Amino acid sequence: MKQTRHASPLTVTGLTVAYQKKPVLRNLTFDVPEGKLIGIIGPNGAGKSTMIKAILGLLPKVSGEVQIYGKPYAEMRKLIGYVPQRESVDWDFPTNALDVVMMGRYGHLGWFKRPGANEREIALDCLNKVGMADYAHRQISQLSGGQQQRVFLARALAQNADLYFMDEPFVGVDAMTEKAIISLLNELKAQGKTVLVVHHDLATVKEYFDWVMLLNVELIANGPTELVFTKSLLHETYGGKLAVFDQEDGATLVGAR
Amino acid sequence: MTDFWIIATGALVAISCGILGCFLVLRKMSLIGDAISHSVLPGIVIAFMISGSRDSLAMLLGASVVGLITVFLIQIFQQSGVQADASIGVVFTALFAVGVVLVSLNARQVDLDLDCVLFGEIAYVHWNTIDVLGIDYIPKAVWILGFTVAVIFVVIGLFYKQFKICAFDPAMALACGIPVALFHYLLMGLVSMTTVASFESVGAILVVGMLIVPAATAYLLTERLSVMIVYSVLIGITCAVLGYYSAAWLDASIAGMMVTVAGALFVLAFIFSPSHGMLARLIKQRKLAVLHSQVS
Amino acid sequence: MLLWSWSVLADPNTQWILIGCMLLGLMSGIIGSFAYLRKQSLVGDTLAHAALPGICIAFMLTGVKSLPLFFLGALVAGLLATFSISVITRYSRIKADAAMGIVLSVFFGIGIVLLTQIQHSSYGNQSGLDKFLFGQAASMIQSDVYTMIGVSAVIILACSFLFKEFKLLSFDPGFARGLGFPIGLLEQMLMFFTVIAVVVGIQAVGVVLVAALLITPAVSARYWTDRLGLMVSLSGIFGAISGVIGTLISTTTSNLPTGPLSVLAATTVFVFSVLFAPRRGVCAKVIRRIRTNRTIREEERSRMSERGTRLRKEASL
Repeated sequence: MKQTRHASPLTVTGLTVAYQKKPVLRNLTFDVPEGKLIGIIGPNGAGKSTMIKAILGLLPKVSGEVQIYGKPYAEMRKLIGYVPQRESVDWDFPTNALDVVMMGRYGHLGWFKRPGANEREIALDCLNKVGMADYAHRQISQLSGGQQQRVFLARALAQNADLYFMDEPFVGVDAMTEKAIISLLNELKAQGKTVLVVHHDLATVKEYFDWVMLLNVELIANGPTELVFTKSLLHETYGGKLAVFDQEDGATLVGAR
Repeated sequence: MTDFWIIATGALVAISCGILGCFLVLRKMSLIGDAISHSVLPGIVIAFMISGSRDSLAMLLGASVVGLITVFLIQIFQQSGVQADASIGVVFTALFAVGVVLVSLNARQVDLDLDCVLFGEIAYVHWNTIDVLGIDYIPKAVWILGFTVAVIFVVIGLFYKQFKICAFDPAMALACGIPVALFHYLLMGLVSMTTVASFESVGAILVVGMLIVPAATAYLLTERLSVMIVYSVLIGITCAVLGYYSAAWLDASIAGMMVTVAGALFVLAFIFSPSHGMLARLIKQRKLAVLHSQVS
Repeated sequence: MLLWSWSVLADPNTQWILIGCMLLGLMSGIIGSFAYLRKQSLVGDTLAHAALPGICIAFMLTGVKSLPLFFLGALVAGLLATFSISVITRYSRIKADAAMGIVLSVFFGIGIVLLTQIQHSSYGNQSGLDKFLFGQAASMIQSDVYTMIGVSAVIILACSFLFKEFKLLSFDPGFARGLGFPIGLLEQMLMFFTVIAVVVGIQAVGVVLVAALLITPAVSARYWTDRLGLMVSLSGIFGAISGVIGTLISTTTSNLPTGPLSVLAATTVFVFSVLFAPRRGVCAKVIRRIRTNRTIREEERSRMSERGTRLRKEASL
């Protein structure tokens, strides 16, 4: 799979998205480094999910260009993994966890090939990685929120992508799942994969991510966490809706709204 | 032989509707199925006026096109801000009205009975046979429906995984590069085709019933999509058989009885389904309550 | 042509039909706009289909064809149908759309079985029952119209007296309950009015098309205004106009049924509204979109210099 890549895994140029009258994303231009865990941070309505959806072509753009490893998005689809918000699907769908994970392989199967023993093995392996092997045959509606999120993650792993987009994977999951997810993300990073995560718990940003994008309709900053995740830039991102307590090792954030 | 052909027709309707209905129910598009089944009327009339006969291939084509137009219009209005329900309601009634007006305008040339459009004439299918490849005793409706079932088998068989992922998580399907819109319209095309093929024999209302009710019943009985489709088809066939005999017994409309039986089976599943029935839920809640009271 | 249509209108029968269709459009439009705002547009369709077994049973029990009895039968069946839908969605994983589809088709199936029973048995005076399926405005007579005048007067009065309550109910039923309004009662009242509009409508335009009288004028009216009072009145006016146009065309041309023509008239109003309404209409939107995109792009250009400095700042980080 490894090709010669000098280009960044994701280059976005002049991305603007508008609903009706108002631009929800204004002229974003950035690229991200390879092999990093990247947190996309910003207040509610900042356009975090919208940005991911626009990059993936799920929403129409007013203008802008997206390149994956220096090539147009459509050519590089197979290198991309997507974990949508958990509520975006109907968990009453009659299927089990293993089957959902196997769906991650569909993109690779092409038009007519059916999933077989090989896909099954990959799927089981991925479930194992998220600690859900025992639940492979459980109907998905009987899983807890955290377990559902893990299944989604396993499905993304099954896509065997190089660049992952995750939309709020930590929402509504228990502490244990959150830990499991983050160690998995670190594993992906160790394999040289790039992961973009929409995140809104400011308290854990420093711990989880080594690269941060601050977004509020416009791109406020994009860089290594220790340089970008600063009080002044956060104030710029969140406006006045931020409570910050200064401690000896920089800013510890108490609440954001 | 009459019995056999009527039941065969009903069963073929049940098979095609049972398969497609599962996807409609899971995609929360049951009412779009309802809309299509009504709005194909102008398609049938226009095809009839152009071809000048009840030549069924032309009708199948014409009405399928109108079915797709229906879906397209509903989507357009929805995107321009009309609520989903309302845009369905506006579109199908308008097209149905066009159909009725066309029928009345051409009452002399068009030998289409509106009653028959709504309720079908399954009791008379065996009168209308057609000579295909030298076989002249098989009713026309059975040929057409058989053809429809074959098309559905081929399309769903080939693209099962795409239909499944489009139903479960269309956003991810799109991100994977699966042409979601294509499969959406393919499904809608199949629904239109089934509606038209079933129209003459069982009527618009029965088609809706057979699309939704068996699939919803199956939805209460299993946790696997493939099993759900099989159950849905089996339930549909049961409705066809029981519906026919009870209609003969009560001297009532066969199509009406088929849907009534489907309703009865749904109620049974709704109450007694081991996994999703009301009783099972109540018992589970009771157990939980007992557990809680023991804990506290 | 005009003279001729006036001469047709001079016929008292036609006048009654004209008034009847106008009233029908008016009250369906008014009731329909509340249904639309409560996101229950297809309830009218469900009620229309569900009314059939109710009407048949009412006929079978009494053997007479009388409007009040049919109201009663339809009302009971309608209540049962809406109750079934809420039970299905509450106690199983079946979603609202499928529940509506199930109830609609099964009730109608039962209705057809009963209808064939009536036709096959010796109920004698069964003629006219099957007219319910496609409706026949032309068969409306003076006494029917008197009933309709009464009914629509009641509906219009109730809607104007209870306007505030219905408004709250459509907008935020939870809040209304908190304020101490009898939400259940109000809901039942709206439902009752809907059944009445549906039963009257079925007679004129038939089971399938009656939904259009409730939905189409309301959606059209929504395009023109953001104020509920205006929307309800507009919806009623659109409905009435559609009824009048439908009747006029059908009486001046031979062989065309009134119901579908009224529905098509309403649809024409709808299409016109979708295209040309200020602010919400397609044309207005397209123009605005083009303008917005242009201004956004222009803004970008002017921001370029500013962004350049930010990029430099970022690079220095």
